[in-house]
Amino acid sequence: MTSTITDAETRADARRQPGRLRRERIGHLLQHHGALMVLAATVLVGTAAFDSFATPQNAANIVVSSSFLAIVAIGMTFVVISGGIDLSVGSSFVLAGVLAAYGSRYGLLVALLLPLAVCGAIGLIQGLIVARTGMAPFIVTLAGLLGMRGLMLAVSDEGANTYLVRSEAFSALGQASFLGLTLPVWITLGLVLLGGVLLQRTGFGQNVYAIGGSEEAAVLMGVPVTRVKVLVYLISGLLAGLAGALNAARLSSGVTILGVGMELDVIAAVVIGGTLLTGGAGGLTGTMAGVLLLGVIQSLINQIGVLTSSFQQVVSGAFLALVVVMQRLLHRAQRLS
Amino acid sequence: MAAAVLEARGISKEFPGVLALDDVSFRLDEGQVHALVGENGAGKSTLIKVLTGVHRPDRGALLLHGEPLTPDSPLAAQRAGISTIYQEVNLVPQMSLAQNLLLGREPRSRLGVIDMSALHAEADRVMTRYGIRADARRPLRSLGMGTQQMVALARAVSIEARVVIMDEPTSALEPREVDTLFGVIADLRAQGISVIYVSHRLDELYRICDRVTVLRDGRVAHAGPLDDLPRVDLVALMLGRDPAEIRREGATKFSGEHTTAASEPLVEARSVSRRPVLRDVSVQVRPGEVVGLGGLLGAGRSETAKVIAGALPVDGGTVIVAGRQVRRGSPAAAIRAGVSLVPEDRKAEGIVATLSVRDNIALAALPRLSRSGLVSDARVDRIVDSFVRRLRIKAASPHQRVSELSGGNQQKVMLARSLATGAKVLLLDEPTRGIDVGAKAEVQALIDELAAEGLAVLLISSDLEELVEGADRVVVLREGTVAGELSGDQVTEEAIMATIAATGDTDG
Amino acid sequence: MAEIAAAPRAWGGRVRLLAWLQEYGVYASVLALLLFNVVFTPHFLEVANFRTQLIQVAPVVITSLGLALVIGTEGIDLSVGSVMALASAIVVLYLGYGAPIAIIAALIAGAAVGACGGALVAYVGVQPIVATLALLVGVRGLANVLVPQLTEFRNPALITLGSRSVLGLPLVVVIAAALTVLVAFLVKRTTFGRQLVAVGGNRAASRLSGLPVRRVLVTVYVISGLLAAVAGVLATSRLQASDPTSLGLLMELSAITAVVVGGTPLTGGRVRVLGTVMGALLIQLLQATLIKHNLPQSWTQMVQAVIILAAVYAARGRRA
Repeated sequence: MTSTITDAETRADARRQPGRLRRERIGHLLQHHGALMVLAATVLVGTAAFDSFATPQNAANIVVSSSFLAIVAIGMTFVVISGGIDLSVGSSFVLAGVLAAYGSRYGLLVALLLPLAVCGAIGLIQGLIVARTGMAPFIVTLAGLLGMRGLMLAVSDEGANTYLVRSEAFSALGQASFLGLTLPVWITLGLVLLGGVLLQRTGFGQNVYAIGGSEEAAVLMGVPVTRVKVLVYLISGLLAGLAGALNAARLSSGVTILGVGMELDVIAAVVIGGTLLTGGAGGLTGTMAGVLLLGVIQSLINQIGVLTSSFQQVVSGAFLALVVVMQRLLHRAQRLS
Repeated sequence: MAAAVLEARGISKEFPGVLALDDVSFRLDEGQVHALVGENGAGKSTLIKVLTGVHRPDRGALLLHGEPLTPDSPLAAQRAGISTIYQEVNLVPQMSLAQNLLLGREPRSRLGVIDMSALHAEADRVMTRYGIRADARRPLRSLGMGTQQMVALARAVSIEARVVIMDEPTSALEPREVDTLFGVIADLRAQGISVIYVSHRLDELYRICDRVTVLRDGRVAHAGPLDDLPRVDLVALMLGRDPAEIRREGATKFSGEHTTAASEPLVEARSVSRRPVLRDVSVQVRPGEVVGLGGLLGAGRSETAKVIAGALPVDGGTVIVAGRQVRRGSPAAAIRAGVSLVPEDRKAEGIVATLSVRDNIALAALPRLSRSGLVSDARVDRIVDSFVRRLRIKAASPHQRVSELSGGNQQKVMLARSLATGAKVLLLDEPTRGIDVGAKAEVQALIDELAAEGLAVLLISSDLEELVEGADRVVVLREGTVAGELSGDQVTEEAIMATIAATGDTDG
Repeated sequence: MAEIAAAPRAWGGRVRLLAWLQEYGVYASVLALLLFNVVFTPHFLEVANFRTQLIQVAPVVITSLGLALVIGTEGIDLSVGSVMALASAIVVLYLGYGAPIAIIAALIAGAAVGACGGALVAYVGVQPIVATLALLVGVRGLANVLVPQLTEFRNPALITLGSRSVLGLPLVVVIAAALTVLVAFLVKRTTFGRQLVAVGGNRAASRLSGLPVRRVLVTVYVISGLLAAVAGVLATSRLQASDPTSLGLLMELSAITAVVVGGTPLTGGRVRVLGTVMGALLIQLLQATLIKHNLPQSWTQMVQAVIILAAVYAARGRRA
């Protein structure tokens, strides 16, 4: 081979747009680490403004209370990268809590496996419907949201019955501490690592990105699209179930009034973390930064005191809007260059 | 003779209402670069889809190295050694170059996870081999189209392909990128890999292809060595004409010449450019005149019409209607100026399938048919009725869904929509393609009638007969520029074909 | 290139059944449920019962009408429930200036939220689901910030709005009916209505035909916000209190269900106004039936889930 295009092309590019590479790098940085940078800035501001903010106690509080959202967000990241969305996670979370508390009377194993089995099965069914019928993921999981909330009410006497956790071992799962952090935090860390490897370092992960990037291309490149889609919703269901079960262990009861609108917080965290809702790009580090950012904002609002906690919703809504607008503008800029 | 690498025997494929392939046979030998040509609807894409396992043939057999082959998916075809590079690069833009190259066969470390350094090393190795110099870690979409196309090629070939199908691979490439591509093809040929090359650029075909198969209306119109075939003959075969016996038979419903007073042009495109598809194209149409736009697929005909209709942004040039410049890139402004386009792709850009015949006809004329935001039903009915009658649109009622009509009637609905705006300039992009003979004759007669009423008509057609008999002048485009203009007695099928076939510097 | 003469006769039986279901399923189901109740539910035919059902369904109907327009353009508006809450908060905040001013302020706020969503969709190019999701979260928060806890009020004008009757019908129901007629008129008779369905049916063709695509999109979201605000004001006046934490919560789900069940395809290009009203009635009736027969609330939601899936599946068959 004598001629090569790309060196010539790069030179031509360099002539045409000297700033292109730099712009591209900045865009990349914003897309992937924007949430992390904002998180760092917010923490700095909080530290400067409030003496009680940067204490180990407060940091531990933020991390502990964020861990459940984080676990759900891991699953959602998979779904969103594949180009889908899972609105059912909030319902899954509550249902799992109720089932875990109910199951705890039969011991640790049942308390853990019952919610996982049920939420996993529903995730699997949703995945099958999405992958096989081509119905829009948001409407399928919307039905899932309603269906699971109904199921939760059905098993808890219309929400009137709050089951108490009857297994010490199971409670310990949510409450025991190790090196100053509760077990759910460590479980979250483990899952982030595992999820990261799955997403970045396995064929399955590559396939998830490929489907979200271009489903048509993925089909032509030989990706088993149906299987990957089903698995993604299964993972999301399982993780939402696990988070719900751990939360029940922490609270020692299956509280029925939780989880309404949780899917929104989760999606907000994922999107703020730089995962595109159009699919094909993003990752777990960004999602974790997004989750922590929401936690830090909540904590700051508590510190300020005069503001009600609902201010957090305003901030995260505004943030979400800002992030998607930025993403669109970045996308356009990249297209034009 | 050794067994062919890939052979198709008597392939037929029928879709509802259309026989896309009719007893097509095709033979590809080792190390051969085989041109597959034909106009839209000739059956090229169907044949490729049969070869790559997207469609299954109704009749006939495929043989790979003499063994029967029945691919049931693109993946199965790939495994059998048939790789395809599509016209639109079919890779994942957000993923890195390396990930795209090796998706599905990433190197693993001892732990069973993907070994990133090995992945990049392997990608670098493949890229060096195909002369791609770029950072394998960069996302694919940050690279130029040429590089992307080369990555697609490298991926296709590195899956141990024996046959590589290239569907218009150069349509988005710059000339120097084309040179590189041809270098790779020469290399493939030297390795004994066979290539099926689909393109409409005659220069390219004659540069690299050994043999040619011409498809026309689902049949093989010609198959043989390319060197022996004069360019004009190839063009004639593609357009379905026999160069030896072209006579003016008057098979179309056109009356012939129109009386055009030597007036000012009603519409004029002045050196419009849109890289890389259009360069410096100028076209004028006077009132009462039908100007044909000739050329092969991808020559920039549809793009020219869309630029005039304000539907495509341009890099340079202006569109002038009745002496006044029209705001660029706004279809609404073009319609207000009296320009209306009937697009080629009825389904994607033409009909609104969920609406009725009536609503489709009235759509573009709504501002004229409303008063203070309310649609006047009486006026809509009047205009719809008059066009349904005039164009003889066959529908159960004006309230029938347009998607339930036949192609010909849908086309008439599109025409009615344009006319209802009170257009003075009509841009018709392949107005008679894919419609039945009767409707075709009616549409042709109508074009005549409209020109006689003083409209300016720009007619795009791949049907040479239609161009010659329908148009007063024909502007021939080749690869995005005007290759020549024919008027009066010059407007003959031979002249058009000669202009299309002429190499680079000749003017018509 | 194939002649797509999709004559209904050529369809398979299953597809035809699905198409029929999408077209008339909602009417048939409402009728069937009515008949069931007439036969099996005691006191069903009493006027008081009908009044209650209609009053309860009115806000859902009003919100669903706006959403149906958005879905007609192949969009979605998840923010409707939050807009109801915001309207409720603003009414109470401005009640000091008198009920009319307070109501107008609430409606303006609703329209403004819709304009934000519409601008994000039409001009920035954000997917409708994301744009309105951000609004769902943010606007609910805003409502909570403005009115942090349940706040009762005693403004007689506002209370009458929720409790008064006109010609024997509750005012709330009359307003819902009037808005239904208005929206139906908008869809059927106005230029905007024609443009709306065209934009949803084929955006490329609409652009080529010179339609003001972006303006149509923004307007549609503004209308949706406005109607959600109306629903919020009416619900507030019924409650005689503003409760931004729970008012309109999950309303987007009920509204989407009503629209989809009513036969408006999520793929756009079509708006079924009467179908949407029927969809809302169906869900209300279902809920009432289950309650009257001592079946728990949980059943409603599970049945609703199945109905949504069935409706979307039927719509899919129609397209194929």
